[in-house]
Amino acid sequence: MILGVSIYEILTLSTIIFFIGVYGFVTRKNLIGMLMAVELILNSTALNFVAINKYLYPDLIEGGIFSLFIIAIAAAETALALAIIINLYRLVMSLNTDNLETMKN
Amino acid sequence: MNLDTFLLMRHEIGLTIIVLLLLLADIFMEDKKKVNTVAVALFAIYTAIGFVPMDSGELFGGMFSTTPLIVAFKNILNVGVLLILMISVSWVNKKMLPINKVSEYYVLMVSSLLGMFFMISAGNFLMLYIGLELATLPVAALASYDMFNRKSSEAGIKLILSAALSSGILLFGISITYAITGSMYFDIIAGNMGLSYLGILGMVMVFAGIAFKVSLVPFHFWTADVYEGAPTPVTSFLSVISKGAAVFVLMILLFKVFPDMKGIWINLLYGLSILTMFVGNLFALRQTNLQRFMAFSSIAQAGFILLGFLSVDELAVSSIVYFIAIYILSNIVVFGAIQAVGLASGKYEMDDYTGLYRTNPKISIVLMLGLFSLAGIPPIAGFFGKFFLYSAAASQGYYMLVFIAVVNVTISLYYYLKVIRASWLRKSDDSIPYFESDSFLKAGVLIATVGLLILGVASPYYEYIYSLSNIFN
Repeated sequence: MILGVSIYEILTLSTIIFFIGVYGFVTRKNLIGMLMAVELILNSTALNFVAINKYLYPDLIEGGIFSLFIIAIAAAETALALAIIINLYRLVMSLNTDNLETMKN
Repeated sequence: MNLDTFLLMRHEIGLTIIVLLLLLADIFMEDKKKVNTVAVALFAIYTAIGFVPMDSGELFGGMFSTTPLIVAFKNILNVGVLLILMISVSWVNKKMLPINKVSEYYVLMVSSLLGMFFMISAGNFLMLYIGLELATLPVAALASYDMFNRKSSEAGIKLILSAALSSGILLFGISITYAITGSMYFDIIAGNMGLSYLGILGMVMVFAGIAFKVSLVPFHFWTADVYEGAPTPVTSFLSVISKGAAVFVLMILLFKVFPDMKGIWINLLYGLSILTMFVGNLFALRQTNLQRFMAFSSIAQAGFILLGFLSVDELAVSSIVYFIAIYILSNIVVFGAIQAVGLASGKYEMDDYTGLYRTNPKISIVLMLGLFSLAGIPPIAGFFGKFFLYSAAASQGYYMLVFIAVVNVTISLYYYLKVIRASWLRKSDDSIPYFESDSFLKAGVLIATVGLLILGVASPYYEYIYSLSNIFN
């Protein structure tokens, strides 16, 4: 718990980060940029869990543990995505989504 | 905890053992071709063991729970994965043996199934999330498995990025429900949820996160590209097993965790069902690539499944589970045929199938039965699956929705028949020449076809599922 900071400020911050992530995911044209946007989304939720746990339900640490799991799984997800991106870069020599797209409706 | 209660997670233990044995087989077996046989044999033994009846119970303080319905659903998924493994053997031998990537394929597929089982049995949002990720990440690796094929890598990156976005949305929803109720356990959440604007936001975000996996319409944008680019057996895994498990989890979440907001999610499902059916069917009309066509067909089928949710009772549960069982079989039949033709000739376009009946009559009969089942033509099982979904919706008086669904079945009949017309009625000089598939593929497709025909005439299986369906208490 931080003195002088209520839960509203923290939840506002995490919501703003979440929507920055969604915006970045939709507008970015670079695969690494999209990956960073996804990381922002996951981190905002981890922040959410910790803040809710600390301010609203301080007896149990369910939320804190959940955020640990989120961080670990997000790392695994990033590792896999980077592996695929490296393979794709070897094949195409570009990370721009406009150059990658071969399948269209 | 003694051995008896520990054996409640028999399916999961079995899958873990299979994963470990396959990793050992990769190290100690010289002839990698035999790993295929070992993997299929192990999984067949495990599937047979899974049918031994099991009590319901809870493990790990309620994190993991199992009921007869969950066991029956796990057995359905087991049979589906066994058939997919049999179908994929010839592809692995032909494409993956030269670059020495045989056993990883089976390890990834089995661990994805393991994740789905934890997701289905979860009694806690933490377990649900971990299971969901364990189910998704191996599939993304599988989708990009054909690493020298650009389309395959593209499918993999699209799948992993959209899956990460969807799990982010799901997590935000979970954090909101946690803020309201102060717990992650489904029972406590269901008791304390109530009806509030914040709760509705949380429910909608959780719903959206799962809807990505089911590929309902506003969240379906990844489906077509991933299904087209991924290798055929992986596409069949994504379209039946992944989707089936996600539908089941969606059902558990809506019926057991958010029953207080029933009035809201009923309207949500009503709208999404209409949207999903129309978008899936209308886009499927203009596809020429068969895998892409099957992607839109599977989106449309997801729209039909939503009809079953609307009567929130035993009828809903049993009709959804029964439909998924039949949908798994019929999609595997169709994908088995696509796989056999694609492997022999490298062709995946609809026009390439012209005159298939004259050169390969058996495979075109099988393809026809599978597509008839997806379209819902009476003697075959698919009709009964759809029929029970309609009766579930009609039992609550949603006659308009049933009418719209019937209109959509008519549209879908047109494009399913387009494939059948190409292979049966048209003549072509350069149709695909006669080919022999290997025995695993033949056996897999044959079992699935026989299953479709038997389920079409025998009703005891539906009654069996109905007797297990009491999840409301």
